[in-house]
Amino acid sequence: MMVLISSAGRGLNALHGILLGFPIALFATAVLTDIAYLKTAEIQWTNFSAWMITGGLVFGGIVTAWALVSLVVGLKSPRRKAKVIYAAVLAVMWLLGLMNAFKHSQDGWSSVGAFGLMLSVLCSLLALAAGFIAFAGLTSRETVR
Amino acid sequence: MIRPLLAVSAIALALASCARSDPGLNQSGSRPDLPDVRQTLIPPMKIAEPTGWNGQVPTVPAGFTVTAIATDLRIPRQMLILPNGDILIAEGRGGNAPALRPKDIIAGPIKKAGNTPVESGNRITLLRDANNDGTPEVRTVFIDNLNAPYGLAFVDGAIYVAAQDALLRFTYQPGQTRITAQPEEVTRLPSRINHHWTKSLTASADGQTLYVGIGSNSNVGERGMAVEEDRAVVWAIDRATGARRTVATGIRNPTALAIEPQTGALWSVVNERDELGPQLVPDYLTSVREGAFYGWPYSYWGKNLDPRVMPQKPELVARAIAPDYALGSHVAALGLSFASNGGFGGAFSQGAFIGEHGSWNRQDPSGYKVVWVPFANGQPSGQPVDFVTGFITHSGTRGRPVGVAFDPNRRIMLVADDLSNTIWRIAPRNGAAR
Repeated sequence: MMVLISSAGRGLNALHGILLGFPIALFATAVLTDIAYLKTAEIQWTNFSAWMITGGLVFGGIVTAWALVSLVVGLKSPRRKAKVIYAAVLAVMWLLGLMNAFKHSQDGWSSVGAFGLMLSVLCSLLALAAGFIAFAGLTSRETVR
Repeated sequence: MIRPLLAVSAIALALASCARSDPGLNQSGSRPDLPDVRQTLIPPMKIAEPTGWNGQVPTVPAGFTVTAIATDLRIPRQMLILPNGDILIAEGRGGNAPALRPKDIIAGPIKKAGNTPVESGNRITLLRDANNDGTPEVRTVFIDNLNAPYGLAFVDGAIYVAAQDALLRFTYQPGQTRITAQPEEVTRLPSRINHHWTKSLTASADGQTLYVGIGSNSNVGERGMAVEEDRAVVWAIDRATGARRTVATGIRNPTALAIEPQTGALWSVVNERDELGPQLVPDYLTSVREGAFYGWPYSYWGKNLDPRVMPQKPELVARAIAPDYALGSHVAALGLSFASNGGFGGAFSQGAFIGEHGSWNRQDPSGYKVVWVPFANGQPSGQPVDFVTGFITHSGTRGRPVGVAFDPNRRIMLVADDLSNTIWRIAPRNGAAR
């Protein structure tokens, strides 16, 4: 059982959990809108992607900063290794998301293309991984209880 | 898995900012060197900080003088010299493109940093320098409350103004210094979004036709092609009826139009697309050929495909023609005026003055000057020559040239500078060099 970002030992901090939900949902939606653009060449889909990625970066940035601070503050915590993995997954997600935001700022087909779609998929997988790490501990404890 | 990913992203971010120009490429003339497309994650944006002139003046060739004939204007763009020698200056800033993507919100303020903060004039100022000494005796607001006026023309006793949404006709009495009467609308002009809002204007040699240049609504179709209807075209408008037809298409942003005096042919300077690298795509000077398709957005400089435009249109690209004469990538040519009646004489007797506003989409600045392109038999006949320089220095930008106007009767050349809000007057030192 891993409680990474806890409030008074009561599992995942609710606010942290809510914030984490944004990159998970937004990056995943960007994968869908990217695919929609590549299938239709309808420009509005890539505009959607650009905003999804930007939103994912804003909320994901807060979550990443939170995880990093929590890691630094709790360096001696017994769950240090899990915290390192969690923060690293988020940090890579955010950096790739930033690259993807620049990619999506190019014009027309270049705003997505194979590279943009690949970045969107990677960001989405990393966000899901972070979500899994963060929420798995919480739900398993609740199930046990 | 994490380390390689970190390494990849670090490399990609580093790569983004190192698109360098190759000084060995010749990007002017009829056969410019075109490098491969180089798209970067972060487009190079280099805006030199505006510093003002601080009493200095631009640099002109030996034998010429340069002085400010008007200062404190409100974004001067194009100019027109009336038969009595009065100078009209269109002032303003247009466009109402809403931000569509996060990019629009971020890039807007960066580009704005390189422009004047002065409020749009939306007017035409008149200068009268009857004794041609460079100091106007009269300066008035000639026409006020216009919607971003740009192109100007005088035909058959009337003044035509291309505002950002309509072509207007004002009745004019010779010597008049202010017009308050309402104009007549010759025709509406496409103004939805108005990404490239400037409507350039000139009259045909016989005065029957008015040509209007209408820029594209995007860099390269990234707002969708539906908003590009009647954009990136040159219209021919019948002066009497207002009826119009499209002369040329795929001509991305025809920012100035002029008639070549020897042949009577229509010429234009045109701004090409951004974000394909520091040396793509050259802006150009071209005769506007009837029925021609100049490639935008599907291809550039003839049939070179732009990878960003989907779906492609091979049948259109197949008939895309290359323009006549390249001016250099990202120079942002905004002014065009032909020397007539012998010009300044000598090396400057036959050819075109071209105002280059200057680049933002490359690390090494290009443009920021007025060049001279020599002509012979109605065609460019050599490499461009610097005519007015000194707009950019190592410490920043002092000015940015827009419209240029050669006055054959007084043998002067005027340059509108929309950063310092000045009109520069260039004249031969001995007054009447020929």
